[in-house]
Amino acid sequence: MGLTLEKLDKIVGQEVHLKDIDLHFEPGSRNVILGRTLAGKTSLLRILAGLDRPTRGRLLINGEDYTGVTVRKRSVAMVYQQFINYPSMTVYRNIASPLLLAKLDTAEIDRKVRQAAEMLHIEHLLDRLPAELSGGQQQRTAIARALVKDAQLLLLDEPLVNLDYKLREELRIELQAIFERRESIVVYTTTEPAEALMLGGNIVVMDEGRVLQTGATPDVYHHPGTLKVAEVFSDPPINYLQGAVSGGRASFGEGIQIPLSGHLADLTDGDYMFGLRCNHLFLARRNPDDIELSARVTLSEINGSETFIHIVHGQDGLVVQDEGIHPVKIGSALSVFVNPSRLFVYNGGGELVASPVQGRY
Amino acid sequence: MARIALDHIAHSYLPEPKGSADYALKRIHYEWEDGGAYALLGPSGCGKTTLLNIISGLLTPSEGQVHYDGRDVTGLPPEQRNIAQVFQFPVLYDTMTVFDNLAFPLRNRKIAEPDVKKRVLEVAEILELSEVLKKRAANLSADAKQKISLGRGLVRSDVAAILFDEPLTVIDPHLKWQLRRKLKEIHEQLRLTLIYVTHDQVEAMTFAEKVVVMYEGEILQIGTPEELFDHPQHTFVGYFIGSPGMNFLPCTVAEGGAQVAGGRIALDPATFSLAQNATGELQVGIRPMYLELHDTAVANGLQASVSLVEDQGNCKIVTVQLNGTTLRARLPEEKPAPGERVWLVFPPQHTKLFADGRLLQEQPS
Amino acid sequence: MDKWENNRAWFLVLPVFFIVAFSAIIPLMTVVNYSVQDIFGPGQRVFVGTEWFEEVLGDKRLHDALWRQFLFSGLVLLIEIPLGVVIALLMPKKGWGASASLVILALPLLIPWNVIGTIWIIFTRPDIGLLGAAINTMGIAFDHTASPIQAWITLMFMEVWHWTPLVALLAYAGLQAIPEAYYQAAKIDGASAWSTFKYIQLPKMRGVLTIAVLLRFMDSFLIYAEPFVLTGGGPGNTTTFLSIYLVKIAVGQFDLGPAAAFSLIYFLIVLLFSWLFYQALQNVGKGDVK
Repeated sequence: MGLTLEKLDKIVGQEVHLKDIDLHFEPGSRNVILGRTLAGKTSLLRILAGLDRPTRGRLLINGEDYTGVTVRKRSVAMVYQQFINYPSMTVYRNIASPLLLAKLDTAEIDRKVRQAAEMLHIEHLLDRLPAELSGGQQQRTAIARALVKDAQLLLLDEPLVNLDYKLREELRIELQAIFERRESIVVYTTTEPAEALMLGGNIVVMDEGRVLQTGATPDVYHHPGTLKVAEVFSDPPINYLQGAVSGGRASFGEGIQIPLSGHLADLTDGDYMFGLRCNHLFLARRNPDDIELSARVTLSEINGSETFIHIVHGQDGLVVQDEGIHPVKIGSALSVFVNPSRLFVYNGGGELVASPVQGRY
Repeated sequence: MARIALDHIAHSYLPEPKGSADYALKRIHYEWEDGGAYALLGPSGCGKTTLLNIISGLLTPSEGQVHYDGRDVTGLPPEQRNIAQVFQFPVLYDTMTVFDNLAFPLRNRKIAEPDVKKRVLEVAEILELSEVLKKRAANLSADAKQKISLGRGLVRSDVAAILFDEPLTVIDPHLKWQLRRKLKEIHEQLRLTLIYVTHDQVEAMTFAEKVVVMYEGEILQIGTPEELFDHPQHTFVGYFIGSPGMNFLPCTVAEGGAQVAGGRIALDPATFSLAQNATGELQVGIRPMYLELHDTAVANGLQASVSLVEDQGNCKIVTVQLNGTTLRARLPEEKPAPGERVWLVFPPQHTKLFADGRLLQEQPS
Repeated sequence: MDKWENNRAWFLVLPVFFIVAFSAIIPLMTVVNYSVQDIFGPGQRVFVGTEWFEEVLGDKRLHDALWRQFLFSGLVLLIEIPLGVVIALLMPKKGWGASASLVILALPLLIPWNVIGTIWIIFTRPDIGLLGAAINTMGIAFDHTASPIQAWITLMFMEVWHWTPLVALLAYAGLQAIPEAYYQAAKIDGASAWSTFKYIQLPKMRGVLTIAVLLRFMDSFLIYAEPFVLTGGGPGNTTTFLSIYLVKIAVGQFDLGPAAAFSLIYFLIVLLFSWLFYQALQNVGKGDVK
């Protein structure tokens, strides 16, 4: 049961928008599609909605072939990046519009509209026109209109990307609670790992029109199957240093050598890429076996509650996440520390060979 | 370069403002140091763009004066103030090459052509535009276009200040940090006075040495990013800076601490003595990263229930309910998720007290 | 199961297809048909090949009319486009003044074309016309029915008065669409009013000016009613333009074959020049400088 995509391709002219997509969404599941711009997220959503037809492959809903069925005949609601509302209608009429089309009776419409408006905290704005609302309120209206429909499939295409970050923060928390109460399949696209993690559920990591990895969101985060997944699913992208293993020792970066232990113990000799997430790098030694990397600062960025320090270690650029807000001088030298137990290891083909054990430090 | 002073500025877009609600800017009195990098940060409608336009000369304030190095420029238009501005969307001369775009302000000022060339090449070098000087500006990407807009300010040796009005709005996310770094480098190199308007805390705090937080036409706090984070002068600053924002709980003063709905919170002695003389509505404030969660009862621990744990990958955000008040705590990745019941500890050194929204602190003598 | 019922949308295009077929393609085919045959009466027709085309292309009077036509369209563009832009620049940008000037500008565009000719006949009459009588009172002998130069001047005045507002309205719309930031940046860069015009306003108006040039070229090249009413093509043949001459051949002499050949050539000339103008204007200021 649920929604299944089989061997789906979407090719426009010479350009491959989607390639070999095989996915399954359970009813009532929350699904996040994570990928950078042009990864094919929107193309996939459009096919799920029935706005576009795949070049190859099938789309099954509860086992029935829906590949060629248009959006009008499907039970779909969609929210876009842009705040799309009917400009000449009040917020109330905007939210009510799908119900009016479905010819529900007035009392029922009124009840549903007020319920959806309340859920999104816009019940005091029902008489206003979209132009009189702030960006956040406009998007709340668009979301309410999508929710009121009770569609089997609820699609959201980076709905928060055009909002101020404070509004984004609030709406994310609210959306999470709203999705939890719904029985429909929710598919939500985003470019931000933090947003994906927050929404939880299942994740589909995409890049260049292909699905790279699927699974429960936290699992994929902690065990990114390829270097590319680790890059897409870390913000800032995961740091990596080229290295090798020989004779029970791993060497990487600028002359760093460590004995193999813990999750690294089984590594065979050969060339590897060592991945380090920026929040596993620290400015002070925390354990006796921490590795020290000497580096120079190229920029410090302050993001909400943490400072991202961009550094250069040898030839490689790395980013360190420092909790709290601290001034760092550009050009100054410093040492950063990482524990070997936090290393991700990828082989020459970019596939994961070892990842840190969770909850152990 | 210049020191810019705002002398009791107020502005209303109405011809006859009545109450304070009619003012887009309420009362701004501040001096911008020569060579400083400032950000004006606030939500939309806070008056930051109005203030920028008053500094640039696009708007004449209803009250007060603007001084550049002691010279009253209140009534002068932008072209007579020697400022440069980078707008939200790239503003270019489409038919000109990149070189001609950069040379335009100099040629308009009748600078000799050899000097123009020298200066343009210098600035193009700094901005990494040397490769594209012969290209038509209209054919470049958005980030290169914004660099050209900035370059038109940098070429002028007489420029008093460069103003930025949300200049990264149209730039792709992964290029934003490169431009932020470029801006920072340029500031380090040239020590120009830079004033940057944005609603994005990352941009403001990365770019600026001093961030000016504005809300409803007023400046709430001016400080380094660190000061805004650790010592917010106002509850709005606490909420707006940091994600998630600061936690606030209404409280009353009780023996040795603050009494909140779920129990008593210890305060450091200095805050406590200030609190005893405070008037108005009191609130306790604490940053999510400083709020401690314990699995078992501890001394000074307030019992609360966990309603939500969000794993953000590099940290966990835990939402707890303390007697009807919602609080958020930020746990490092390596800490395990707490159970249903937790005991909250407010470390006194990080626990702030606010009266009517303002931080209680010793008045500097 | 329904498969892409969206295909039905093609049915919506059918009415337009039929209208275009009946209004443009079929008449055009008829003209082509006439242009290669000599028709004596119903059922009596002879295929003559390119004879009509050769006759028309060798017609001295047609050559004269063609050069006259180019001169006329050239003058129209040279005067109306710059004048329209200047008017647009001088118009108030907002407030009641903007609305008022828009209404005043639009007035000449609302008058039927043949009435325009009539208005100007009366207006410029040397005996009772306000303008004509006034000029004569000043001691200048003015009568456009007698002097070819004066006929042309009058015609140009009428044409400019009638159609410059269209150019001005288009240019005005183009100017209104320029964001305020461009003007602010120009001020900050110390640009003079002329530089601002040359580097900001003119490039940003390119799109609307392309449309204005195309519309004004096509209209002026096909002009008929106004000069026909005002001068009837005279004095002599000095204001006989292509369309006036075409009507003379087709209706006056009932030479349908040559008229059809003439029409096709006429059509191709307009098409060619419109395309040339379009290409030229599209490519101005594009591409990299080497």
